[in-house]
Amino acid sequence: MALDRWIALIFVAFCCAYGYAAFFTMDQLLPPFMQRNPVWPSTFPKVLAVSGALVGLIIALGLESRAAGRAPSNSSSEFDLSKLMEYKIGQASALIGLMIVFALMLRPVGFLASTTLFLFFGAAILGERRWLIMLVVGAAASFSVWYLVEEVLGIFLRPWPFFLG
Amino acid sequence: MIEGILIGLQAAFSIQNLAMVIAGCLIGTFIGMLPGLGPMSIIAIMIPVAVGIGDPAAALILLAGVYYGAIFGGSTSSILLNAPGVAGTVATSFDGYPMARKGQAGKALTIAAVASFAGGTIGAILLMVFAPALSTVALLFHSAEYFALMILGLSAIAAFAGTGQVAKALMMTILGLILATVGEGALFNMPRFTMGLMDLQSGISFITLAMAMFALPEAMFLVLMPSRGAAQGDGGKIENLRFSREEGRKMIPVIGRQSVQGFFIGVLPGAGATIASFLGYAVERNLAKGDEQAEFGKGSVKGLAAPETANNAACTGSFVPLLTLGIPGSGTTAILLGALIALNVTPGPRLMIDTPEIFWAVIISMFIGNLVLLILNLPLIPYIAKILAIPRNYLIPFILFFTLMGAYIGQNNATELLILVGLGVMATILRFADYPLAPLLIGFILGTMLEDNFSRSMQLYRGLSFVIERPMTLALLGIAVLLVLLPSIRARIARNRAQGVADGD
Repeated sequence: MALDRWIALIFVAFCCAYGYAAFFTMDQLLPPFMQRNPVWPSTFPKVLAVSGALVGLIIALGLESRAAGRAPSNSSSEFDLSKLMEYKIGQASALIGLMIVFALMLRPVGFLASTTLFLFFGAAILGERRWLIMLVVGAAASFSVWYLVEEVLGIFLRPWPFFLG
Repeated sequence: MIEGILIGLQAAFSIQNLAMVIAGCLIGTFIGMLPGLGPMSIIAIMIPVAVGIGDPAAALILLAGVYYGAIFGGSTSSILLNAPGVAGTVATSFDGYPMARKGQAGKALTIAAVASFAGGTIGAILLMVFAPALSTVALLFHSAEYFALMILGLSAIAAFAGTGQVAKALMMTILGLILATVGEGALFNMPRFTMGLMDLQSGISFITLAMAMFALPEAMFLVLMPSRGAAQGDGGKIENLRFSREEGRKMIPVIGRQSVQGFFIGVLPGAGATIASFLGYAVERNLAKGDEQAEFGKGSVKGLAAPETANNAACTGSFVPLLTLGIPGSGTTAILLGALIALNVTPGPRLMIDTPEIFWAVIISMFIGNLVLLILNLPLIPYIAKILAIPRNYLIPFILFFTLMGAYIGQNNATELLILVGLGVMATILRFADYPLAPLLIGFILGTMLEDNFSRSMQLYRGLSFVIERPMTLALLGIAVLLVLLPSIRARIARNRAQGVADGD
């Protein structure tokens, strides 16, 4: 089974969980006066859960492509899954990890240091090895962005680590 | 209308707004040239800046300028590198790249710029005529009709997604609607699906979602597949920007036809610049005769002018439903709608009445923007092309950083960044499986409005009876159902006919 149909199956499961919350848990908290309303907070989610599950099933079972008269999951994607191993998944996941670290460090370490390090390690992950240039570019970029955001746009960004204020 | 134009001229010709148009066009062209960054990503990145300006007219003018600039920049990378940054400029590369290979890159860029200018300008004139008329009709709409109209818009987006893609587009729309239900709804004052997290109380931020759907997956693909966008040109040596008088004469009828056709395709929700450019190319190829037809695909002037005119006219056309009905027809206008809401402006039929200066300033700035693109960018092209030489090892971390900053600046909340990364990974996987992401964003943006209008009609009519009691609502919903079912019915009929022919043999 192709990736798109697996995703559709996961989506159906997600809709079931979403629908369970909408049908069985949300209405318990509803105050009595709101129960006389024709619409409840759960009405729209209920409709979405049911229609989402139906559409997901249509894709998972390959009904649409069968109706169109071609083999199911004959996807015209520009990305070839059989070449998955040729893609640079290591670099991509390292960058995603770096973004998570950046998100967690932004507050405690401060904007200037964390951004400089993010740009430095980002380039390093992609295979750049001219350390000094990377450091200078990172520092210059983080300072100019900070200046632009803080001074020009007037949005506060804490520049220094937590112990410096 | 003349009064409106005067208001618009007054607003658009302030020094601040002129600076916005110029800055927007330049930034758009600059970033739009980078392979893999389309107008949607660029506008998403620019939203925090635009919202920071505070003045809605200036912000919208800036974003609109970025939009035109990005499309123009996208054509530049299609022509020079055969690496279209946007789906809407793929057709441009059919004839633009062969021309550049023949050493006529400068001429190809000039033709693209002139065609874009003409398409955008004629589109803006049509917008000026049609938008006020449509908004008068839209004022008669009640919440039941709005609900039906939004359903119609969402189904049209799914229906125009292409063969075999209708269910996928529908699924993405529903996912977008589901994401929109997270947080506190306006009508109920009750947190929903927050999983007990305080950070989700106000819902998922629209900017975060836009970044996660477009900018992040594009950057990830640049990492995953270095060959994508690695096609380097010959250092951007561009000379001789002129085209001959005869070539100009060939272009005029093409521009005339394609700007009108492109505009009306752009008005349809979901169709947009991509379909307009491909259709424009196909129509012109069929209309051309003999030698001219044979030249298509090998560097034909007409083949380059047609998609360029059509996609710019379609971009202008897509502003019609946004400005008059408040319903975005494409991913880009959906992002613009989100930005407008963040600026406390509600687009829709009342926009022209309540804040005419915004409405008209945007239209006037379209003319200025097109002019700026023509005069300012044309001489700059050889220099702008140098940006393509930035090493990708530096480029990608910067794209990622600006994506993160875009989500962080608006909220000042680090959790938002984690949500962004999570949704971005999800979007990358969805792109791998060939799911369209624009419907998700449009569903997300329309979700709150859709539910509000639905709930209001339910309360007014104490149930679902509004569907039957208001004929307009019923008609709109009927068309919506038809639109979704039509592609599969047509496919079934075609298959039966094919089988019948086979049996007859």
